[in-house]
Amino acid sequence: MMASLPPSDLQASAREPGLLQAGIDSWRIWWTMLVICLEERLVYRGDFILGTLMRFLPIVTQVFLWTAVFGATSRGDIAGYSRNDIVAYYLLTMVTRAFSSMPGLAGGIARSVRDGSVKKYLVQPVDYIGYLLAARIAHKLVYYAVATLPFAAVFFFCRAYFPPLPDASTLAAFGLSLVLSFFLGFFLEATLGMLGFWFLEVSSIVFAYMLVQYLLSGHMFPLDMLAGIPSGIPGVSLASLVHWLPFEYTAYLPAAVWLGKIKGADLVWSLVIEAGWVVVMAVACRIAWRRGTRRYSAFGG
Amino acid sequence: MGRYLSIFLCCARACLVRDMTFRANFLLECLTSVGWMSMNLAFYLLVFTFTSEIGRNTGWTREPFFAFVATGLIINAIVQAFFMPSAEELTEMVRTGGLDGVLVQPLDAQFLLSMHRFDFSSLANGFVGIGLLVWALLRMEHAPPPIAWLLYPLTILCGVAILYSLIVMLAAATILMGRNQSLYDFWFYLTNFSRYPAEIYAGPWGSPLRALCTFVIPILLVVNVPARVIAQPFAGQTWGWVAAAIVAAGGALVLSRVIFQAALAKYRSASS
Repeated sequence: MMASLPPSDLQASAREPGLLQAGIDSWRIWWTMLVICLEERLVYRGDFILGTLMRFLPIVTQVFLWTAVFGATSRGDIAGYSRNDIVAYYLLTMVTRAFSSMPGLAGGIARSVRDGSVKKYLVQPVDYIGYLLAARIAHKLVYYAVATLPFAAVFFFCRAYFPPLPDASTLAAFGLSLVLSFFLGFFLEATLGMLGFWFLEVSSIVFAYMLVQYLLSGHMFPLDMLAGIPSGIPGVSLASLVHWLPFEYTAYLPAAVWLGKIKGADLVWSLVIEAGWVVVMAVACRIAWRRGTRRYSAFGG
Repeated sequence: MGRYLSIFLCCARACLVRDMTFRANFLLECLTSVGWMSMNLAFYLLVFTFTSEIGRNTGWTREPFFAFVATGLIINAIVQAFFMPSAEELTEMVRTGGLDGVLVQPLDAQFLLSMHRFDFSSLANGFVGIGLLVWALLRMEHAPPPIAWLLYPLTILCGVAILYSLIVMLAAATILMGRNQSLYDFWFYLTNFSRYPAEIYAGPWGSPLRALCTFVIPILLVVNVPARVIAQPFAGQTWGWVAAAIVAAGGALVLSRVIFQAALAKYRSASS
């Protein structure tokens, strides 16, 4: 099938001998994909800005809910979080989710398998997962460009809820955990989408994943609140059980790092585990792609 | 009126038949819907391990609060089952010109556009809500008086009417704008404010917000009034809340009708 296609410049350059040239060509393709995706995202910038601003609305109700909870109890803190800490936590999880959430990624992959559009990536010298990653980075870059202003305004407005600015090493750990959360979120969802090669329709699986993810990532509440809740396994709390799963790295960890809830060796260990999960999910995604494309068949033009 | 009722029932029957054709999918949708709701209930249970009340001296202790949540589930289940699916289709109908086919029908366009497609799987949450309400009422310190039982369904209808009006107004915006995906997101974020008792919106920022969501966009009356009627001691001020809900529902229905008709008057066909 490949031989019947007219040789394009891209294909010609991809066949160039030499490791360096191949690397440059690969980078050029990836960069072109990124620029195209950036332009695509900016077409609907009005809708994008409106959607970004609206995402802050649920936080408002959470702030009032927890203020009411603290108002009704004599406790100074809940699971180590003061009222201000909880508000800051929710705001920080918004930042984390801005990195780790991948709306439409899994569904889009499954749809491309179902409607056959994935086959163009099988005949072109473009790596599908690489293309998806470029598209997602473009999506995020546009999102950050648009969202920085409302985020900065909200954080400035709510600055009283935050503890003093963390030291440089904590800030670096926070930044690293955010970048890793992006890759973890991407590979988690992409792997789910690859299940489309086996099930065609993955919307129910994605919805079930979203439910579990929302609950166990710490998006809904700080996971430290689960410390006293039994898991059903003798001597193991629900919080300990959740720490073994990858979800907390997509919302809880960066927020907890900023607020100083995780420090020293625990912090280093958490980042190592997060990086480990990224590698595991990247490999799982690649294996799912290889096995999926091996069993995939398409007909027609 | 009889003709409209028979068409409504005919559409409902057709949608039920379609849902039952894909029974496994229907069951899965019910389960995922209940799963999402269960997760929220788990969160509220967790909150009540740290406090006995939502807000000091508000009366929203655990059982009344779960009656509040149950009321919200019932109202949202009705709206999601009977009105939301039609509204979601409207965007595509405007964009593709399918709205023309509706406008030439010898029926009221608002009726046909807002009540032609139903999603019965959304009613699953409503049934769980009824179960939760019974559970909460059986454990409450005070039983609701007979008048509360009479006013409860009425105020639930008022809540449904307010939400329906909001959907119709957003549908009108769809007709004017051609596409308004963000506005439907806005509907979900806005109704988020109705998920909690009005008392939590207090303080220098909460009070104006509460006034805005009560008198301008009466979203706080949707769940708060029926829940207050059934789950809080019935007092003189409860009548004030009931009257406010009735007035808000009537006003919202009239306003949404006017806005929808104005939007239709500005509609230009997209079909060829």
